[in-house]
Amino acid sequence: MRPDLDVIAGFVPPGARVLDLGCGDGSLLEHLIREQGCDGHGVEISGERFLACVARGVPVLQGDIDLGLPEFGDRSFDVVVLSQTLQATRRPVFVLREMMRVGRLGIVSFPNFGHWRLRAGLALRGRMPRSATLPDNWHETPNIHLCTTRDFEDLARDEGLRVVRRVPLDGDGTSSRADRWPNLLATGALYLVERPA
Amino acid sequence: MSATAPLTSAEASVGLVETKRVVLFTEADPLVLESGERLGPVEVAFETYGTLNAARTNAFFICHALTGDAHAAGHHGDPSRPGWWDNLIGPGKPIDTDRLFVICANLLGGCQGTTGPSSPDPATGRPYGLRFPMFSIGDIVTVHRALVGHLGVRRLLGAIGGSVGGMQVLQWALDHPDDLHSGIMVCATARLSAQNIAFSAVAREAILRDPDFAGGDYHDTGRRPDAGLALARMMAHITYLSDESMRRKFDRRIQDGVAPRRTFGIDFEVESYLHHQGESFLPRFDADTYLYLSRVMDYWDPFGDPAVVAEALRQVTTRFLVLSFDTDWRFPTAHSLDLVRNLAAHRVPVTFREIASPWGHDSFLLEVPEYHRTVRAFLRRMEDEAVGGARAAPAPGDRPAPDGRAA
Repeated sequence: MRPDLDVIAGFVPPGARVLDLGCGDGSLLEHLIREQGCDGHGVEISGERFLACVARGVPVLQGDIDLGLPEFGDRSFDVVVLSQTLQATRRPVFVLREMMRVGRLGIVSFPNFGHWRLRAGLALRGRMPRSATLPDNWHETPNIHLCTTRDFEDLARDEGLRVVRRVPLDGDGTSSRADRWPNLLATGALYLVERPA
Repeated sequence: MSATAPLTSAEASVGLVETKRVVLFTEADPLVLESGERLGPVEVAFETYGTLNAARTNAFFICHALTGDAHAAGHHGDPSRPGWWDNLIGPGKPIDTDRLFVICANLLGGCQGTTGPSSPDPATGRPYGLRFPMFSIGDIVTVHRALVGHLGVRRLLGAIGGSVGGMQVLQWALDHPDDLHSGIMVCATARLSAQNIAFSAVAREAILRDPDFAGGDYHDTGRRPDAGLALARMMAHITYLSDESMRRKFDRRIQDGVAPRRTFGIDFEVESYLHHQGESFLPRFDADTYLYLSRVMDYWDPFGDPAVVAEALRQVTTRFLVLSFDTDWRFPTAHSLDLVRNLAAHRVPVTFREIASPWGHDSFLLEVPEYHRTVRAFLRRMEDEAVGGARAAPAPGDRPAPDGRAA
């Protein structure tokens, strides 16, 4: 399993009802269902990855999260995961709202566009920055709504969400020690957010 | 997917098969319907393909739709006339008869070997006609279960059905939560819409208004309400196709000619096709069965009472696959999503996919590659869990509710 998914699994309580948005091949959900006794559902847009979930026995709906989550009722999940997906949505704010409508706790991870290498790449080379986490050319990247950790925290605040926990991530997805200046030093970040009752 | 190249339908046939019959309920030991009425004898026509394993864990049931029958795969002597789901069922096919023991039965109330309105009423010796008791999807399932028990199977690897076949799968899982490891519902619904019922109503009117209908007692008059039944079939058939598939198949082409005749006879190709559908339906179908089955569908509403559903779904251990087709307007994707919503709201594991296909409701009978790939992948996984011992996700009843919240 990807290291950042390990970090996420660590925040999911055993037996929780979990929805994974953009669940990929279902490896996180398979782990949560098998090892942590969770009750998991995924949503995935790609047909190939949908079939990978089916082969793992992970319940999954093929669908586009940019269209919302009308299949799921309010607060019907304990945890909703949006891992490395927010930046690829067309309507990030709508997706975040839908996520916090159906779930109590949101776990959001994304690449941090404020990382110093990316800043330096743009400043010094004058070209759209690329990195190990953001390898694609500007016209080919699925990541159309990139943000920095500060940007995300602003959005969370504007949306009335409380940040329960912030975990800076290294390039390999493990949790980073860049606690001090995450917006400059962390390659990515993971947030636990909730909507105060 | 499978490492081997997919075989064509002809190569992968289960071959020569025969329809068998068994009396599952008798006058002395009748079928008790949901209504409390008793029905006996009940004879069932069925076919099986593949071999039941020693542990009896690989049995899989096929629920047919409105006008289907027990002959789902293989052939009865002429390989060019295979069963109605032969493209899905066979050696190496998505429902793989090299691995599964497949059962298909004509449903209760049918007219192709299973007891229905055209069967003799033991009280009079004459066909029941409209004296046949009104039954339900649950009653159809009761008879399926009796057949499964007769074949020595206690728990099925799963059941699949398209359209009203899918309704049987859902009802089965709700009524008998330990029976099915998996359930596949293709272009099905959890309740008919007003539009669906409206189409059914007009189809029934066509039959009821046929002078040869004789109050349903046409069976020994030597005449049948053929005009009404053919008309019902023609209209229903329009709802099974899509605007797109009709355009592709017929467009505005004129039947055997370059110039339109400009009469009231059959002129356009689509008219000829519908007439053929109506006429070819007559020898194999019974008008009373059509009336009953369409009415059974109209009244079916398994999610109607939220309290009953919550209780039923709490017990369900079945893993569901719900599939719809984007051009199906008979039971559009919204119907399947309603199913998904109801199941997911009660923490039942459900997988859903809308398949792109130009062929409308009929797609479930056709070899649409992504549809077949999905069924194949799902069934292989279900087989691993139920037969091969792969660890399944815990069933809803087994799992801890993290916060004590009722499901």
